[in-house]
Amino acid sequence: MGLKILTEHINVPGINTLETYRKMGGYRSVEKAVKTMTSEEVVEEVKKSGLRGRGGAGFPTGLKWSFLAKPEGKPRYLVCNADESEPGTFKDRVLMEKIPHALIEGMITSSYALGARTSYIYIRGELMFVLRILEKAIAECYAAGLLGENILGSGYSLDLHVHPGGGAYICGEETALLESLEGKRGNPRNKPPFPAVWGLYGCPTVVNNVESIASVPWIINNTGDEYAKIGVGRSTGTKLISASGHINNPGVYEIELGLPVEEFLFSDEYCGGIWKGRKFKAIVAGGSSVPILPGELFLKTAEGTPRLMTYESLSEGGFVSGTMLGSGGFIVMDDTTCIVRNTWNFSRFYHHESCGQCSPCREGTGWMEKILHRLEHGHGNMHDIDLLVNVSKQIEGNTICPLGDAAAWPVASAVRHFRDEFEWHVKHPEKATAPGAVYSGAEDLAFA
Amino acid sequence: MATIYIDNVPYEVKPGKNLLEACLTLGINLPYFCWHPAMGSVGACRQCAVKVFKDEADTKGRLIMSCMEPVRDNIRLSVDEPEAKEFREHVIEWLMTNHPHDCAVCDEGGACHLQDMTVMSGHNYRRYEYKKRTYQNQYLGPFLNHEMNRCIQCYRCVRFYKDYAGGHDLDVFAAHNHVYFGRHENGVLENEFSGNLAEVCPTGVFTDKTLKQHYTRKWDLTMAPSVCQHCSLGCNISAGERYGSLRQITSRYNGEVNGYFICDRGRFGYEFVNSPARIRKALVRTHLPEAVTKEVALQEIWGELRQARLIGIGSPRASLESNFALKALVGENNFHLGVDENDQDLVDLSLKILRKGPARNFSLREVETADAVFILGEDLTNTAPMLALAVRQSVRQQPLAQVAQASIPFWQDAAARELVQDKKGPLFIASITATKLDEIATATAHASPDAIARLGFAVANLISENSPVVTHLSEAEETMAQQIADALKTAKKPLIISGCASGSEAVLKAAANIAGALCEQVKTAGIVLTVPECNSLGLAMLGGHRLESAFEAIQNGYADSVIILENNLYRCANKTAVDSFLGHAKEVLVLDHLHHATTEKARIVLPAGTFAEADGTLVNNEGRAQRFYQVYPTPEDLQESWRWLINIGTSLRHPVLSNWKNLDDINQALAEADNQFKGILAAAPPAEFRIAGQKIPRESHRFSGRTAMNAHHAVSEPKPPEDPDTPLTFTMEGYRGEPPSSIIPFFWSPGWNSIQSVNKYQEEIGGHLHHGDPGIRLIEPVQTNLTHYFSEVPEDFAPLQNHLFMVPLYHIFGSEEQSILAPGIAQRAPEPYVAICEADAHALQLKEGNNLDFSLEHQIIRLPVKINNDITKGTAGLPKGLPGVPYAELPAWAIILKQETTWKHQPQIIS
Repeated sequence: MGLKILTEHINVPGINTLETYRKMGGYRSVEKAVKTMTSEEVVEEVKKSGLRGRGGAGFPTGLKWSFLAKPEGKPRYLVCNADESEPGTFKDRVLMEKIPHALIEGMITSSYALGARTSYIYIRGELMFVLRILEKAIAECYAAGLLGENILGSGYSLDLHVHPGGGAYICGEETALLESLEGKRGNPRNKPPFPAVWGLYGCPTVVNNVESIASVPWIINNTGDEYAKIGVGRSTGTKLISASGHINNPGVYEIELGLPVEEFLFSDEYCGGIWKGRKFKAIVAGGSSVPILPGELFLKTAEGTPRLMTYESLSEGGFVSGTMLGSGGFIVMDDTTCIVRNTWNFSRFYHHESCGQCSPCREGTGWMEKILHRLEHGHGNMHDIDLLVNVSKQIEGNTICPLGDAAAWPVASAVRHFRDEFEWHVKHPEKATAPGAVYSGAEDLAFA
Repeated sequence: MATIYIDNVPYEVKPGKNLLEACLTLGINLPYFCWHPAMGSVGACRQCAVKVFKDEADTKGRLIMSCMEPVRDNIRLSVDEPEAKEFREHVIEWLMTNHPHDCAVCDEGGACHLQDMTVMSGHNYRRYEYKKRTYQNQYLGPFLNHEMNRCIQCYRCVRFYKDYAGGHDLDVFAAHNHVYFGRHENGVLENEFSGNLAEVCPTGVFTDKTLKQHYTRKWDLTMAPSVCQHCSLGCNISAGERYGSLRQITSRYNGEVNGYFICDRGRFGYEFVNSPARIRKALVRTHLPEAVTKEVALQEIWGELRQARLIGIGSPRASLESNFALKALVGENNFHLGVDENDQDLVDLSLKILRKGPARNFSLREVETADAVFILGEDLTNTAPMLALAVRQSVRQQPLAQVAQASIPFWQDAAARELVQDKKGPLFIASITATKLDEIATATAHASPDAIARLGFAVANLISENSPVVTHLSEAEETMAQQIADALKTAKKPLIISGCASGSEAVLKAAANIAGALCEQVKTAGIVLTVPECNSLGLAMLGGHRLESAFEAIQNGYADSVIILENNLYRCANKTAVDSFLGHAKEVLVLDHLHHATTEKARIVLPAGTFAEADGTLVNNEGRAQRFYQVYPTPEDLQESWRWLINIGTSLRHPVLSNWKNLDDINQALAEADNQFKGILAAAPPAEFRIAGQKIPRESHRFSGRTAMNAHHAVSEPKPPEDPDTPLTFTMEGYRGEPPSSIIPFFWSPGWNSIQSVNKYQEEIGGHLHHGDPGIRLIEPVQTNLTHYFSEVPEDFAPLQNHLFMVPLYHIFGSEEQSILAPGIAQRAPEPYVAICEADAHALQLKEGNNLDFSLEHQIIRLPVKINNDITKGTAGLPKGLPGVPYAELPAWAIILKQETTWKHQPQIIS
């Protein structure tokens, strides 16, 4: 049983109420921070902790905070990105739904650290019921003096608002989120300038993931040094993994970073192995945007080292033979999964969610989807596979926001690792399109 | 200057620009879509990608968007690097996946930025094999056609319409490769600058609907540089003709005046030129048939005028040359300005203020850079639309100062707008009623002209004690005056805008006092005064007697005959007075291009060329003399007014006029006769001007049908028509290089067929044209300090029992005499009305739409009421110039007539 930081009390009845949450030790970090620490000290603790952004990019949170500009006469904002919409990722939702106060406590402590007087939680529009839970929890905090004017008599004041998005995936990109929060169309901004200097309403702004913010209270209560002891190397602390797909125990797990992937995938404490005793074919380890990996490359790197659940270990091998920890959306696929169909499905998602601002993503995602649709339905040709790679290569790195990369990587990696399966769709369309047919190996390709 | 290396060649470029601008300024062809020189960069289309290298050793480089990267000293970039080229090709490939490739039937074809960029990027093989997405198009009103399938999603349209022009009813909808640019529903695009979408759009989504009705490819147009005739700003335009009808007006870049844009009145008002109401033949009413040849008409004129005691009436919408020719023909003592008495005083006063005052009369470009603006008595959107557009840019100046502090370049549009948020100003507006600019104003006051003047005088007094004190101000007025004075005093480049529209001298004087007071402290303060017509200022400079004295001259027998130049007197004087004047005159000769009430009364009518059929010079409100050129040759009977006047003068053996042969002769004479016009010779090159021995062609080298277009008349190709007045030819032959800026018929450069080719004609992108922008400023302030402040502060307005004080209101579509004859403009014009406030309406027991009867200058007028609560109680707004609203000199008191009987029950007919 690993250390639980975020989910220790998740099963305590009534943990969604302020009373129970406080009984379990909640809001100690707020007391400690606003009464005994300066904001710089709070930032320093978070820096020491080595906490990295849990939204997917893995950028050190403390460092991000220290970039926040502090010009005279301008407010600063903390915005929590609760627009969790990456296919395969559902960890924030569970956290907010079960322990709303974990996020709110983190928001207060973090806002104090950043000197924000007003903070926002931008929540995915589909999660209206979670929004209600959060609003109820916030109301409890206002009543208890944990939010509003002069928090706990410390002289620090904070207003916290929950704002629902309209359901666009792109609004999970931090600058599109800010645009949306400002009431505009959710188109991402060009960077620089970065939100830390010109963010919400043109003011310095930090945008953090729910999980990152919810980790802050523990760091303040137990010091950053203690947090840094958890995990391996630069991957410190614990991480929520939303495991789904063909496993015996799908769900959200909190793991200590550094857990061997084999243990996470196969031990009964976590995923419990591949369901129905089938073979492990492939995995998307960090939400749909990260490169897909064949099972064997996931368990061991190309050099044969067993992988760990850390930012570094999963990306070992680069994009040739590695992937990313990302947001922790852990999608496992057994040997009955058609990779082409799966890639098409992802591609369809990215096409639909492209905001339509810059040309490569707007036009490229739709094109990739069409090619994949054609391949999957047995009308493709060999050129299509190369074209797919070519289009994805031109999108990658050339768009305003990372959605272009997110759309290109799954496609490029699927072709890289499963090219013969794509070719099988071209060469034997009647077999590939038969109901339930799945490519099972090179011999399929050789014989009709 | 910074040194940048493009493909290993060092160049000196101006720092502060972006790499795309630097490349284009250097003449390097780099494709782009979303960037626009007037609107900056947003990095959306990704078309202008180049490789940037860390240093000489770096061979890999990094792909960046050149429009988003500032010029840095020693930056190394490559335009030709294979990966960059490949990427740019792919961008076009992406844009083309859904583009319908309907160039053959697309109005943009041949002048299409997308075509040009596609060729430039080298994309030629289609790999996309799927169905294209299609859209429903929208009805957008009489000006623009919508064809969304062609859209390449560059976002320029919404950025121009919303961000630049302040429009509210065009936006982007939906997402991914199905984004839609249009209105929320079918309907007329409301913004007054919507026509620019046709030029801003890089392809054929928004195209000129009026052009569509008589479509011609750009390369088939005979084009000439021209100047807009529909307000006093003198925006530069290019006019295009084919088969004897005017087909299209586009903006002609002038870095000092209108920049890249023009208003919808200027763009779509041209159709009066093709109107069936045109006078195309000389008419002698006593002849049968009335239409006569030029010779017969001149014979007739000789017979009648040879012995006549002649007076002439000029026109503020006729060229300087025509007016001067008339003045020379009839003699200085007999030349009258054909303008409203009040307008004459106001324009004279404006001229005096510009000449004698210390403040510089700003050009439109300078207005954009003003950092505090106070508008007195003008509804700019309706009286001088492009000035309103310039003011919209000026309110960004102060907020943008913090963008500069943040070291974000202004051209980085999205970031700059994010930083500025909705901070605006300072802009203060004191006007008769609400104006469209109110939405961006710091504070507004809606008041009677006298109250506006009082506010202005109060501001002037707060800035300088030399300006007279205003007494009995309300507390609100005092606060506002203080606020305005503070904002103007602290600004670096404050600007006062006023003009003749309110009809009040006091307003102009107040504006002059503020500008004078400011100049005591801020030497860079400016003033802009609008005048009623395109050549009002030129006519005022030329000088002449009042219209009233012309009436008297005929009445008391001093004169017996009159020549009226391009003027409908019923629009500038009382109907009874004009009737009596025309009735008493023995001979009335009218030169004009359209039939109107005055030509009806003339015995001899001569067909005068419109701006499209004539050469001439106009002086705009800035005092800038600008030449407009004949677009196409006309039958001999239809000619410039000044040429008719030369013909008349020659037949009458006039000592001066008989020596004139062409436009240059008149200008030469004008420059010699009047010192203030000395500069006009430099406004444009003379007729003998040649480059490499050649004239400048009005037609493109791709002009088609030259030998065929008249084949239904005769198969032999006639001799090309000659143009003795200008260095331009009516044909395709001539010098193909870049002519001087004032005689550029159209912008074109190899590979650049669209209007974006203007890049190639500029010293720097968005700056001046090569060798300076067209036009010569004739008026510069001479003094450094105002020695004499106007001291006549008016009393505050007080309502009068049973009276309404009629003040003029204006409509961009409707108030101007000629543009209203264009069907599209007429469609946008409002119905006649009289505007009163709710309180007055209540007192008069009137509801919206009820008729109000009033007597104004001995005319009984009945107009439906429009409730407008921004109109001061006791005053009423009368739309000036609108068809159906009779002329009256405004402002003036109207007597309210007894209400018509309203029946409680309809009387029953008893059978």
